[in-house]
Amino acid sequence: MKLKHLLAGAAMMFAGAAGAQDDPFKVGFVYVGPIGDGGWTYEHNEARLAVEEEFGDSVETVYQESVPEGPDAVRVMQQMALNGADMIFTTSFGYMDQTVEVAEQFPDVLFEHATGYKRADNVSTYSARFYEGRAVQGHIAGQLTESNIVGYIGSFPIPEVIRGINSAYLHAKEVNPEVEFRIVWVYTWFDPAQEAEAARALIDQGADVILQHTDSTAPQAAAAEQEGVYTFGQASDMAEFKPAPRVSSIIDNWAPYYIERVQAAMDGTWESQDYWGGIDSGMVEIGEITDAVPAEVRESALALKESMGSGEYHPFTGPINRQDGSVWLEEGETADDETLLGMNFYVEGIEGDIPQ
Amino acid sequence: MLKLERRPQASTAWTYATPLLAVLLTMIAGGLLFAALGKDPFVAIRTIFWDPLFSEFSSFYRPQLLVKGAPLVLIAIGLSFGFRAGIWNIGAEGQYIVGALCGAAVGLAFYPMEARWLILPLMVIAGALGGLLWAMIPGLLKVRFGTNEILVSLMLVYVAENLLAAMALGPLRNPEGMGFPGSRNLSQYESATTWIDRSAGMHWGVVAALIAVIGAYVIMARHILGFQIRLTGQSPRAAAFSGVNPARLVLVCLGTSGALAGLAGMFEVAGPAGQVSIDFNVGYGFTAIIVAFLGRLHPVGILLAGGLMALTYIGGEIAQNQLQLPAAAIQLFQGMLLFFLLAVDVLTHYRVRFQRAEHRPAAKPAAAPEAAE
Amino acid sequence: MDLSTINPALLVASLMVAATPILLAAIGELVVERSGVLNLGVEGMMITGAVCGFIAAVWTQNPWVGFVGAALGGAVLALLFALLTQVLLSNQVATGLALTLFGLGLSALLGQGYIGIRAPTLPRVDLGPLTDLPVVGRILFGQDPMVYLSLLIVAGVWAFLKFSRAGLVLRAVGENHGAAHALGYNVRIVRTCAIAFGGACAGLGGGYLSLVRVPQWTEGMTAGAGWIALAIVVFASWKPWRLLLGAYLFGGVTVLQLNLQAGGLAVPVEYLSMSPYLVTILVLVVMSAGRAPGSLGRTFHASS
Repeated sequence: MKLKHLLAGAAMMFAGAAGAQDDPFKVGFVYVGPIGDGGWTYEHNEARLAVEEEFGDSVETVYQESVPEGPDAVRVMQQMALNGADMIFTTSFGYMDQTVEVAEQFPDVLFEHATGYKRADNVSTYSARFYEGRAVQGHIAGQLTESNIVGYIGSFPIPEVIRGINSAYLHAKEVNPEVEFRIVWVYTWFDPAQEAEAARALIDQGADVILQHTDSTAPQAAAAEQEGVYTFGQASDMAEFKPAPRVSSIIDNWAPYYIERVQAAMDGTWESQDYWGGIDSGMVEIGEITDAVPAEVRESALALKESMGSGEYHPFTGPINRQDGSVWLEEGETADDETLLGMNFYVEGIEGDIPQ
Repeated sequence: MLKLERRPQASTAWTYATPLLAVLLTMIAGGLLFAALGKDPFVAIRTIFWDPLFSEFSSFYRPQLLVKGAPLVLIAIGLSFGFRAGIWNIGAEGQYIVGALCGAAVGLAFYPMEARWLILPLMVIAGALGGLLWAMIPGLLKVRFGTNEILVSLMLVYVAENLLAAMALGPLRNPEGMGFPGSRNLSQYESATTWIDRSAGMHWGVVAALIAVIGAYVIMARHILGFQIRLTGQSPRAAAFSGVNPARLVLVCLGTSGALAGLAGMFEVAGPAGQVSIDFNVGYGFTAIIVAFLGRLHPVGILLAGGLMALTYIGGEIAQNQLQLPAAAIQLFQGMLLFFLLAVDVLTHYRVRFQRAEHRPAAKPAAAPEAAE
Repeated sequence: MDLSTINPALLVASLMVAATPILLAAIGELVVERSGVLNLGVEGMMITGAVCGFIAAVWTQNPWVGFVGAALGGAVLALLFALLTQVLLSNQVATGLALTLFGLGLSALLGQGYIGIRAPTLPRVDLGPLTDLPVVGRILFGQDPMVYLSLLIVAGVWAFLKFSRAGLVLRAVGENHGAAHALGYNVRIVRTCAIAFGGACAGLGGGYLSLVRVPQWTEGMTAGAGWIALAIVVFASWKPWRLLLGAYLFGGVTVLQLNLQAGGLAVPVEYLSMSPYLVTILVLVVMSAGRAPGSLGRTFHASS
C-alpha cells in the first residue's frame, strides 16, 4: 500500500511543521450530532471551548459536527490529520473501528475515542461512570415519587444504558421498597418528538418521575405540562427547566479530561490508556438539586454523591441478585469493571425483558 | 411577457451550457451566503470546488471522490432506465438497504472461513438478488394490480429501514460486540471485503459503477431494449403498437434499478461502511435520483453528475473543517446547486420568447402536449 | 406485565396530539396531489415551518403569531417549489427532494440562536365540567386549540373539494391537466395556489412540533414526519376523512407501542413500526378505485 506511506509521510511532514515553535498545537473534534442538540454533542463542544480558553493561542481547535458513523467519519478524521491535527477526539461509540483504522494510517497523530473498547498505541479510550450519577438520581427519584412508579426512557439496550437502569433502580429501591420501574426503549439517541411521546406514555401510566437516557430536552418539556412530574437533565444540565420539572441532572463534564490530555500530548507524556472517570474526577457532575426536592433528601443525595466521589462507596455493592434470582454479588463484594462494561442483565426486582 | 416554447428537440448547446451556468449561479448565491456568515466567499468557493481536485492533498481527496461517487453513479444508472421509460422507482434507498443486508448476511454466515473466490461472488449475487426482489414488489403490484410504483417503492423504504434496525439489533449483531448494535466488521474480513486498494479508494463498487456506465451506454444506443425504453418514454401508445410489452418493460426496468441499488448497498456495507448498523443508509438512494436528473438520464452525464455531487460532499467537508462553516450552510449550498441545475434545465427543452401580454386565441386549443420528462 | 394501567381515554388523547403534525402536513399534501403535483419536499417545508414558527413565537411571546409565522415559512418555501416546477418546468420528484435538503439546511442555519430557549406554548382548552367528563371529556374537550383547528382544516378541505366550484376546478386540473387547460382554466395558477396551501399546512405541522408537541427547537426535529405525511396521503387514497383515519392510525402505532412498553410488554418495535407502511401498500392494492390523480407528478406545459 504505497499510498498509505504517502499519507503517513504527508502527516509526518505536517506534524513536523506543526511541531515548530510558533505553530499552535492543533486538536480536532468529531461530533456525531449538531452542536445544537443541547445534550451529548453540546457538552463535548463546551469542553472544546474550555480547551481553547485554557491554552489560548498555543492551541488551535477544529471540529466537524453531524458526522455519520461510517465511511464519512474515516474521511473526516483523515482530513483533520492531513490538515495538521496533532490530536483528534472522536466523540461517539460508532466511530470505534474508524478511529482505529485512521490511527493506523497516522501513527504520529494521537486519538482519543469516547466510550469505545478498542485501543492502540496512539488510541486511548475514555468514558464516564454515568452509573454513579444514576445512583444519585435513583436515590432522589425513589423518594420523590408518590405513585411509586418511575419511568425510564432508554435509547438502545446496550450495556451503558442497562448499567444506568440497574444503578438507578437499586438506589431507588433502597429508599423506597415499593418502587417500580417502567422502561421504554425508543431506539434513538435523539428524536425530540419520540422522546416527548415516550415521556407522555409513561406519565399516562402513572409515572411521576421520569429518568431518561436520551439526549434531548423534550421529556422535560413534556413533563412540564403536568403538575407533580419530575425529571432529570441528561448529558447536559438542561437548566432551562429548573426548578421543576428538572430537579437535578447528570452533566458530562469532559473539560478537565480534555485539558489534561491535551496538556499531556503537548508535553510529550501522553500514553495510550483506558480512562473511566466518575464523580471523583469531575467527569460526572451532579447538577444543582433544586428546591423542589425536600431538604433532607437533598442532603442525603449529596452525601451519597460525596461517598462515591471519595471512593468509599461503590454503587454496585453486594448483595445483589440478577433478575432471575441468581447471585451476582455477595455481601460486601463490589462489581468489577469488566462485568459492568458488558452488563446485559437486569438486577432482581426490575420487571420485563431486555429486548434482544 | 416571457413565454416558453417547447423546442422540437433538446438543444445540444444548452445541454452542455446549463450545468456550467448552474454551477456559476450557485457560486454567486453561495458566495453571498458565505459572506453573510462572515467567511471569505472566494476562499469558501475555492475550498469546495477546487481543493478536492487540485490542492496540496488532492492525492488524498481524489480517491475519496471515488468512494463517495461510486454508489451514487451505480444507483443512478439503474434508475435512469426506468425514468426514461416513465417508470418511477424512488425507493432505491430501500433496495440499497436490502441488498446490503442480503450481501452482509451471506458474508457473515461464512465467518470466519477464508475463501475469497467463493464468498465474495456469493455476496455479490445475494446483494443484487436482494435489491432485485425488493424492487419486484412495486413492479409486480403495478403489473398485476395497477398500483402506483412511486408510492409503493417509497413505502418500502421505511419498511427496509425498520428491517435494517431489526437486523442490526438482532440476528446480524456482532456476538463479540459487547451488546452494542451493529454487525461484525466485514471490511476486516479478508474473504468478504469489497476493497481492492483502500488508500486508492478502489473497491469493487467503483469497478461496477464504471461497468454499469459503459453497459448502460451500449444498451441505450445499440440494444433493442434501449430503443423500447426510449420509445415508451416518448409515446407509450406508439411503443405498444410496435410490440413493446409494457408489463415486461416495467419489470425489467424496476428489476435492473433494484439489482444495481442492491449491489451498491452490498459493496458499501462490505467496504467503506464495513458493518450493518442502524444508520447504515445515509440517503444515497435519494441523492441518486437527483444525480440521475442532473446527468440528464444519460450514462455519461450521470457519471459527471455523480462526480459533481461527490465533489460538493468532499469539498463541503473540507470547508467545514478548515473554515468552520456550519454543516447547515453546506447542506443549504447543495440544495441551491440542485435548484439552479433543475431551474436552468428549462433552457434545454424550451425556448424563451418575449411576447406582448395579450389574449390571443390559442392556435391549437385542444391538444396541449405534455412534457413527460 | 400490567396492561390495566393503560388508560384508553388518555391513550386516545395523546394519540391525537401525536397525530396532529402529520395530519396537518398530510392534508396540505393531499390538496397538492389532488391538483396533480407531487411535492416530496414536505419534510423540508415542515422543518422550515418549525423553526420560523418558533422564532416568531419567541420574538412576540405569542404562540398564535408563531403559528402564522410557521405557515408563512412553509408557504414561502413551497412557492420556491412552485417557481421551479410550474414556471421553470423542472421535474417534481427531483425538485421535491432538493427542497427537503434545502429546508433542512436553511432551518438549521436560521435556528442557530434559538437552541435551548423556551417558547410560549398553547395551553390546553379547559371547559370546566365538560373537560372533566369521564373518558370523552379529555378527548373531546381537553385538547389544545391546534388539534381542533387541524380537524377544521380537514373538514374545510373535504367541503372545498366536494362542494365548491374551485374544488372542482382543482380536481379537474389534477385528473387531466390537458383537458382542464382546454376548458380555459389556468393550470399553473391553480397548482401554484395548491402548492402554497400545502406548504402553509406543512409549516403549521412543523410549528405544532416546535411549539406544542415537543415544544422547543432542535435541529432535525421533524425526524422523518414529513415522509410519513406523504405515506398517509396515499393510505387515504386522496380522501380527506380517510386521511384523518390514517393520521390517527400512524400516530396511534407510535403511541401504542410506547404505551405497551411502558406497560411492561416486550414489543418488537421495528416490526410494529413498519406495519403502517405495509398496511398502506395493502390499501393501495385493494382500493384500486381510489387511484392516484391522473396527472400526478407530470409536468404541464401549455403551448400556445
